[in-house]
Amino acid sequence: MKYLDEFRDGALAQRLAAEIRQHTTRPWRIMEVCGGQTHAIIRNGIDQLLPPEIELIHGPGCPVCVTPLETIDTALAIAALPGVTFCSFGDMLRVPGSRHDLFYVRSQGGDVRIVYSPMDAVRIARENPQREVVFFAIGFETTAPATAMAVLTAKRLGLRNFSMLVAHVLVPPAIEAILNAPGNRVQAFLAAGHVCSVMGYWQYVPLAERYRVPIVVTGFEPLDILEGIRRAVRLLEAGEARVENAYARAVTFEGNCAAQKVLAEVFEPCDRAWRGLGVIPQSGWRLRPEYRDFDAQHRFAIGNLHVQESPICRSGDVLQGKIKPNQCPAFGTLCTPRTPLGATMVSSEGACAAYYNYGRMAAPAPLHHY
Amino acid sequence: MCLGIPGRVLSIYSADGVRMGKVDFDGIVKEVCLEYVPEVQVGDYTIVHVGFAITRVDEASAQETLRLFREMAMLEEELNPDQHAELRAPPACPVLHDSN
Ligand code: SF4
Repeated sequence: MKYLDEFRDGALAQRLAAEIRQHTTRPWRIMEVCGGQTHAIIRNGIDQLLPPEIELIHGPGCPVCVTPLETIDTALAIAALPGVTFCSFGDMLRVPGSRHDLFYVRSQGGDVRIVYSPMDAVRIARENPQREVVFFAIGFETTAPATAMAVLTAKRLGLRNFSMLVAHVLVPPAIEAILNAPGNRVQAFLAAGHVCSVMGYWQYVPLAERYRVPIVVTGFEPLDILEGIRRAVRLLEAGEARVENAYARAVTFEGNCAAQKVLAEVFEPCDRAWRGLGVIPQSGWRLRPEYRDFDAQHRFAIGNLHVQESPICRSGDVLQGKIKPNQCPAFGTLCTPRTPLGATMVSSEGACAAYYNYGRMAAPAPLHHY
Repeated sequence: MCLGIPGRVLSIYSADGVRMGKVDFDGIVKEVCLEYVPEVQVGDYTIVHVGFAITRVDEASAQETLRLFREMAMLEEELNPDQHAELRAPPACPVLHDSN
């Protein structure tokens, strides 16, 4: 219990943990979808507060980690073109492509810039009409409203030198793919709070019913996560498959209607490959044909990429909860945050990096088979 | 990049027809797009992700979240990422493996 004093309210954390222990009669496996939650769980030792019957499976909810290698390689190729200013969130710069990363492109003279917001990229395009400005639009439903507004703004301003490499991914189809995967181990989900701030949680109701799986909308702070787990355990123990909202201070059933309207205007669903997971049907957003002028993939027509994953990296197994990061043979030796072999070691929200940064070096004791 | 950070709206104005505002994140003030939170007024707290307000929150929970981020020293890095990138970058990119 050495972590307990790090909680805002240690007594409350203790009470939640006690309640979880008290209500757990059987082994349960719960997936936290969001990488931000994975980070908080490992940092605060939340998994170690739980009774041994409860296993947390770290899901694929880190956009940096799941952006496919082919898209990273496309980004690297575009960023290296003369005349291009390539703008990205900082986390993407160290993600290894087949051969190198965006930092390498920058060190070789490429104009690669880290921006805080997609609107910064629009501003750069406006101020530099002689440059082709490309924004790397990654992220879940939380981030997509920002990139959608960037496109709308660029269109309204009549910018002809702005485009986006779009790699948006969606949570509900990923949950469905995990549930459909042979050998799926996940019995309940903590849904990502801020994705639901935008999209609401109506999309999860049919999933919970069809797959008989409890889904709890959960926030990001340690107490939020404990509360999400407590509710998931209660639903599991009661045999109730429904959606509960444990993050009501920032999430409504409908979500943010203004944002959803703009998303529907700019994007349409498409099949999308996830790094480590493969193609998941209708799990991404791409620009609608009306916005094709802003599609970097279309504008730069980078073809014939030979992509090659690290043969050692097992991030696909990590993302599906088949192994814990420290069960990968390269973990902490060949693969560290400074020398990442896979994307899950790059982002602080990736499961491998979270385990490394918080000293989870030892592989867990073998699981009991019940 | 995935964090949503709560901040207090200091002012609201229109820039190129977009509803924008200045938002105070525990002392760091940034320009934020408020287009998606038409109900938010000056003095309200809102959760901001990559420069966009996505939902309103009450002050107490906003303060609590800010305190946590401060403790984790995550605020500066998230809001001013370009000033922190070099610190995290390795000196040179390792060539990961040869292609065949
Ligand atoms: S530790 Fe490194 S090599 Fe192993 S799965 Fe994680 S990212 Fe891949």
